[in-house]
Amino acid sequence: MTDNYFKTYPNKEGFFNEYGGAFIPPMLEEEMRKITDAYYAISKSHSFISELRSIRKHYQGRPTPVYYCNRLSEKYGGRIYLKREDLNHTGAHKLNHCMGEALLAKHLGKKKLIAETGAGQHGVALATAAAYFGLECEIHMGEVDMAKEHPNVVRMRILGANVVPVSHGLKTLKEAVDSAFEAYMKDPITTIYCIGSVVGPHPFPMMVRDFQRVVGIEAKAQFFDMTGELPDNVVACVGGGSNAMGIFSAFLDDSECSLYGVEPGGRSMEHGEHAATMTLGKPGVIHGFKCYTLQDENGEPSPVYSVASGLDYPGVGPEHSMLKDLKKVTYEVVSDKETIDAFYELSRMEGIIPALESAHAVAYAIKLAQENPRESILVNLSGRGDKDLDYVVDTYGLPD
Amino acid sequence: MNRINQKIKEGKKILSIYFTAGYPELNDTVRILEELEKNGVDLIEIGLPFSDPLADGPTIQESSTAALKKGMHTELLFEQLKDIRKSVSIPLIIMGYFNPVFQYGVEAFCKKCHEIGIDGLILPDLPLDVYQSEYEVIFKKYGLINVFLITPQTSDERIKQIDDASNGFIYMVSSASTTGTTKGFGEEQQHYFDRISAMKLKNPQIVGFGINNAETFKQATRSAAGAIIGSAFIKHLTSHGVDAISKFVKSIR
Ligand SMILES: Cc1ncc(COP(=O)(O)O)c(C=O)c1O
Repeated sequence: MTDNYFKTYPNKEGFFNEYGGAFIPPMLEEEMRKITDAYYAISKSHSFISELRSIRKHYQGRPTPVYYCNRLSEKYGGRIYLKREDLNHTGAHKLNHCMGEALLAKHLGKKKLIAETGAGQHGVALATAAAYFGLECEIHMGEVDMAKEHPNVVRMRILGANVVPVSHGLKTLKEAVDSAFEAYMKDPITTIYCIGSVVGPHPFPMMVRDFQRVVGIEAKAQFFDMTGELPDNVVACVGGGSNAMGIFSAFLDDSECSLYGVEPGGRSMEHGEHAATMTLGKPGVIHGFKCYTLQDENGEPSPVYSVASGLDYPGVGPEHSMLKDLKKVTYEVVSDKETIDAFYELSRMEGIIPALESAHAVAYAIKLAQENPRESILVNLSGRGDKDLDYVVDTYGLPD
Repeated sequence: MNRINQKIKEGKKILSIYFTAGYPELNDTVRILEELEKNGVDLIEIGLPFSDPLADGPTIQESSTAALKKGMHTELLFEQLKDIRKSVSIPLIIMGYFNPVFQYGVEAFCKKCHEIGIDGLILPDLPLDVYQSEYEVIFKKYGLINVFLITPQTSDERIKQIDDASNGFIYMVSSASTTGTTKGFGEEQQHYFDRISAMKLKNPQIVGFGINNAETFKQATRSAAGAIIGSAFIKHLTSHGVDAISKFVKSIR
């Protein structure tokens, strides 16, 4: 049945029920069709699969481990496990889809990879993939995020990427996507927009999900190996939703597993103070696809905010939008404050400093553990927190 | 018969102008429309500004940002246009992005257009298959023509599908990128114009992007039924204002 799910969603036009599709101008239509055709042709080929497998093992260091949190579980109850994507090369799950996207780009004869980045993790991962394959790389990043995630800006530059500062609007992730699209539209033939999550026009939500499925496939087997059962709960943060789709994809048919997507609650649930797209948005079209969207009555995207630059987006993956309607996944909100507490808690209880994005998932897992002390919880720890250290300490100080 | 079909039947090469509603000033919309008609323009595309325009070059984007900042939005545009058919009789098209229309409600939007006397819509990001499966009935019900775009990259097969689905004209984007040509059309464009002309489509074609003076207008309309000027007109509005519209139109033809 799982196989059937992946064959059913998305459909030929890229729809996950009413969401997704390709709401793009004709200047991009033909290129998207080419990318889709190439993806279907190449991704099933033996040589593509073996090359990607070899990269995952020898270059990325996969499989990443699943780790049982001894002290955290003891303190809060429950049994908390982490899928350690922070140990994936470059420090986040993003490299899983970047290596796939770049390998495809190479097959398509593209010269340059273009992308947006919020927290800088997708940018770093794509710059890494570009270096690996000998391609050019151009990363668009909001000026606010560049200041906040400075270490990642330096990493991208060391890796040889051209980082383009984006200075319009709120100068964060949405504007970075606008800017990357604009750059891509100037030359869609020799460049390719390697979008950073399960968002954007078809085939990207499908492709990025497929490349991230490795996380769920590994985690399910590892968890079973460790416990002899399936996890009662699976938790992941949701920005665009790539790390969450990666892990959820292995459990969609397991009705005994409850799946939780955690959205950024920011400073409050007031307009402009959060990015809780699933919780407060309604269906709309943004950046070429249909999904739950935070927007005003004229269809203009709303301003959004989160302490985690990688979650700060007014749209969300179309597949998540469908899974919400189908009630396969429950979407919950965690505030900045709870996130910062979880950031320090995981650091001090387990010696693992999480990315602020991932700390949202940890915060929710702690809540779940307290409410369900007998249950197991598998968290996708999507990235490590090195990029956030200065920002967190300078803004929130060190706890006692 | 829809005003667009009628105008095309007249047989003269069509000069079409695009401008962004609410630019340069919020309440310039009606005056610009009247001036354009008075000066012999054949067809007008009224741009409904959107903050995330995937298909626009920088000039149009900047005008959209400015118009949104001044307070332009869907309901206000309809309000400004409510008596437009008392003073303007040439075909009018609203060009915008799908989400504002979707949020307004596609049926409500089309109904409003019909009441005002709008003849067609151009929504560059509404895919053909979604239009056909969900919205074509509504467009037909309100007598609206939906205009599709093609580019030099669009395959012959796709162009034929678009031709079948069209009932007014086909918007022929002159180049594969949003920046378009700024220095006249070269061999590549000529080849594209010839290729499309040789396909003998049932719908006439109107060329857009990169037309900025009498020469490019002439070049574009050699085989096509007409041409659309957007960025060049907006630049002219920015530097010379609404009073100088006549000068701009005369410089083209
Ligand atoms: C570590 C980490 N986790 C999660 C995200 C959010 O993206 P997604 O929801 O696509 O997993 C980001 C994005 O920058 C990230 O860096």
